[in-house]
Formats: sequence, structure tokens, C-alpha cells
Amino acid sequence: MSALRTSLSRHWYAWAMVVPVTLVLGVLVLYPLVRGVYISFTDLDESNQRTEICTKTLGGDETCEPNPDRYTFIGLDNYVNIVTGDEFWLLFTNTLVWTVSCVTFHFVIGMGLAVLLNREIRGRSIYRMLLIVPWAVPAFVSAFAWKFMFNEQNGLFNAALTAIGLEPVSWFADRWTSMLTAILTNVWLGVPFMMIALLGGLQSISNDLYEAAELDGAGAWQRFRNVTLPGLQPVSMTVVLLGTIWTFNMFPIIYLVTDGQPAGQTEILVTGAFKAAFEGIRDYSEAAAYGVLILSMLVVFASIYRRVLRRQGEVW
Amino acid sequence: MAARRRPAQSLLLHATLLGATLIALFPVLWVLASSFKPANRILSSEIRLVDQPTIQNYTRVLTETALPTWMLNSVIVASMTMLFGVFMSATAGYAMSRFNFPGRRSLMWTFLITQMFPVAVLIVPIYTIMSNLGLINTLTSLVFAYCTVAVPFCAWMLKGYFDTLPRELDEAAALDGLGPFATFWRVILPLARPGLAVTAFYTFITAWGEIAYATAFLQTDDKFTLGYGLQTFVPQFNKQWEYLTPAAILISVPAAIVFLYAQRHLESGLTAGATKG
Repeated sequence: MSALRTSLSRHWYAWAMVVPVTLVLGVLVLYPLVRGVYISFTDLDESNQRTEICTKTLGGDETCEPNPDRYTFIGLDNYVNIVTGDEFWLLFTNTLVWTVSCVTFHFVIGMGLAVLLNREIRGRSIYRMLLIVPWAVPAFVSAFAWKFMFNEQNGLFNAALTAIGLEPVSWFADRWTSMLTAILTNVWLGVPFMMIALLGGLQSISNDLYEAAELDGAGAWQRFRNVTLPGLQPVSMTVVLLGTIWTFNMFPIIYLVTDGQPAGQTEILVTGAFKAAFEGIRDYSEAAAYGVLILSMLVVFASIYRRVLRRQGEVW
Repeated sequence: MAARRRPAQSLLLHATLLGATLIALFPVLWVLASSFKPANRILSSEIRLVDQPTIQNYTRVLTETALPTWMLNSVIVASMTMLFGVFMSATAGYAMSRFNFPGRRSLMWTFLITQMFPVAVLIVPIYTIMSNLGLINTLTSLVFAYCTVAVPFCAWMLKGYFDTLPRELDEAAALDGLGPFATFWRVILPLARPGLAVTAFYTFITAWGEIAYATAFLQTDDKFTLGYGLQTFVPQFNKQWEYLTPAAILISVPAAIVFLYAQRHLESGLTAGATKG
């Protein structure tokens, strides 16, 4: 008891400072999360969600009795159904292709532009400002803009293809071209964040290191490999981890640009979960099981990632 | 280094950056150009930048739809999210940066994990909570929901920023008799402006462009935010591009203003903590 009291008196202001955020996150994220895990072990859907059935009697009173068909605990059935179904592996492959290609392009293009912008160059601040524009435009607006440009009959890309004498492409009729439209849109959206974060990292690398490397006769590529890349490592580690998590769960782009076309072939795990929860008979328990699967994959990824970081001496 | 760069190299550098800039701006400019086309020509397949330009789309979307109301709602939601978001991220970030209190590590992990659980799946339980709290179809519900999306990342980012401010400042302030809250408020916050500017930008943009929660929580036309309102222009088969394009441009203007204000600070604010390593 006295230990608690000393602890309270020493740490109360730190706790007071984290109370607002803990409260909001606790009510709106942690509680739903725990409940989501519970629901994933039941067969809850739209038809059996009521716990009791109430009937009005003639006198105007209500009598309630337990709903005999209410949802029940079914153990791992949802998970087994998902993992043994064909759809899961399609969604899983799509998610991997989507995440890996988006994060790779974000990182490589963002790094390239950051390196260019880090030089002394005329008009640098204007370039930088204009290059961040995709980040400042609301994502759903950009999604509409890209869908507009990929429109089959009168979109810009097909008009351009026709103009140079090629056949127009039905972008959303094939799994991979459809995926390509979503990936292009998301790469366009996500590069500015990477670029700015990496630019911040570049600016913190001391110039002396470059000068020393130059004196030792290191060429441009060697300087990049031996000074720039190691210097950027802390930033890169963080943004790649965050980028992976965000892209893995990136809902609006797939939903608005491809909407799963053709026939659900470009659905990723998140959009699949959303469809389970909100389309047809709302199957909340299946959606929750999807959510838990996604969460576990990301937790596994993050802990492996963190272990690798630890080995390299980064601690967080 | 700049002096020794050969002209050809310099040309290549500018060409690459110009190309990238063009790609970055193009979709936005295309929507902008389309928004001035008359409704019946907006989907014409000819690539013509300006084709019988008109501002009719703008006057129609502003007078015939509820766009001005939606705009006001979005401004309210985004500003409140910004206010609460910056407040919560700054206090939490400061506590994580300066105090080694029990629960600190688990709090940081919690922040990371909240980013991992897909919003699409959280919506159903959050909806239940909101309706229990009587917040369905209110703008308040959105402010809280958006804070949960933006604050974890912002708190992390600000923790990094506070880490770069020397601890001696806190110690000096304590010697001068300031308590922890006064130190935070009067010494640290004024020095952390760049970090706070980025947080403000991030929270604003998060709230400004969100549609999933808005679609789930709002019910009546007078409460819609822009993101939701705009979707009413996108029925399944007959997209109303003549409303959609000018609305998209109008939506981007306030975001662009906030962005212009914050952009000077973006790099230092985003990566201050991570670069210290």
C-alpha cells in the first residue's frame, strides 16, 4: 500500500498527462478490440444479435424473455472456415503483393527524391512544396481522380493509348491490371510522406562524414552506400514499419479504386473483412475473426522487426 | 558541391524533379481542368485541357447541393480534432519523453497496436458504444473517433521531438520553482512549435479526408461531412462528375491552406526523434 502511495506521489503528473489519451483509446479502441476478439469465437451475425426478445402485452407492458436463437460460443470455427476457404488465400496473396509493392515503391521513390532534394539546387523549396501536394489532397479525392483517369471508355490513360495507336485496356477486367491501378494510386499518395521523413533524416547526417568520405576517395555510389544509408537507418526503420502497417490496412484505396473488380479478385484482407461485416447478411463474427487474423499477422511482423532492430542496437 | 556539378548533371537533376512534380500535380490539375468543363462534355474522350470553360459547375454545386453545410461541418470536425488531438498527443508525448513512469513501455506498444487493428472491423463495436453514449449522428462522435486514429502516431512523433529538446531546460525550470505542468506549458511547448505544427497538420488532414467512420455514424443530411456528402454524388452507375470535380477542388482548398502553413516544419517535425539514434 505504501509502495503504491510513493509510486503515486512520484508519478502522478506523468499519469495525469497520459490519462486523456488512455481514456479515449481505452473506450474507443481497446474495449472494441477485446470485444472483437470475443466475438470472433461466436457465431454472431445480423440475425442472432439480440439477447432477449420483448413482446408488448395488451396492457402496454413489455415482457422480455431470452432469445432462444441468440448467438453462441463456437470456438475456433470462424478461423477454421476462413483459413480453409479459398477466398482467404486469394486475399492473403493480394495483401502481400499490395503491401510489398506499395511499400517498396514508396521507399525507393521517396528515397530517390529525398536525395535529389537534399542537394543545393535552385527552386528547391518550390519543388519540395509541390511534391508534397498528393499528401495534402484528401485520399478519397485522389482515389476519385485516379479512377476517373482509368475510366474504360473515356479515361485519360485509354485516350492516351488510343492516341499513340495502341489498343485501349479494360483496366478493371483483369486481376493484375486492376491491382496495378490501385497500387499506382497508392504509390502516388504515399511517396510524399516517405520523402519528407527521409529528407528530415538526410538533413541530420553531418556534412563532415561526406567530406571525410570524399577525401578517402569514395565515389558517389560509395558515399551513398556507406554514409547515407547507415545514417538514414533509424528513420528508415520507423517509416518502413509504419508504412507496412498502414498499407496492410489501407482500406479506402482498394475500396474506391478497384472495389474488388473483377469479381472480388483484387480484394485485400481488410476490404474482405469489411464486406463480411457490411454486405449481404452482416456476419460480424467472421469480420472480427478477419480482424484478429490481421492483427496477429502484424503483431508477429512487428515483433520480428523489433528483434532485428534490437540486434542492431536500436531500442524502442 | 554545387559549384562542381556539370551542366548536364544539373539538367538531369532538374528534369527528374520536374518530371516528378508533374506526376505529383497531374491528377489534381486534371480534376481542376475537368471541373471547368460543361457537364455534357466532362467525359468527352478528347484530351483537351480547356473545352468551353465555364464556372457553372461551381455555382451549381454551391447553390443546389448542401455542400456549404457539409463544408462547415467538416471545418468544425477537423478543427476540433486538431485541437484535442494536439493536446492529447503533446501531453502523452511529453510524459513518454521525460518521465520513466510504470506503464510507459506498454503505453507505447499500445499506440503501435492501435495502428494494427483494421478500422473497418472496429466500426461495428464503436458504433455500439457511440449509440450507448447517445452520440450517433453528432459531430462529437467523429472528433473522438478521429482522435483515436491520429493521436497514437502523433504522440510517438512528438515524443521523438521532445527527446531532442535538452533535459537541462526542464531541470533549470524546476530550479526556478516551476512544477512539471508549468514547465511543459511555458518552457517546452513554445520550443516545440515545429513538432506541434506537424501534429496539427496531420490531425487536420486525417479528419478532413475520412469517410468510413463518417459513413457509419452520420445519418442526416445536415450533419454530413464533406467526405460523406461527396459520396452521395457517386451513385453506383451514374457518377455525377459535374458535381464531383468542383467539389473535389473546393474540398482541397482548406487542406491546402493548413498544409501551406505547416509545410516548412514537416521534415524536422516528422523525424526529429528517429534521427537522434
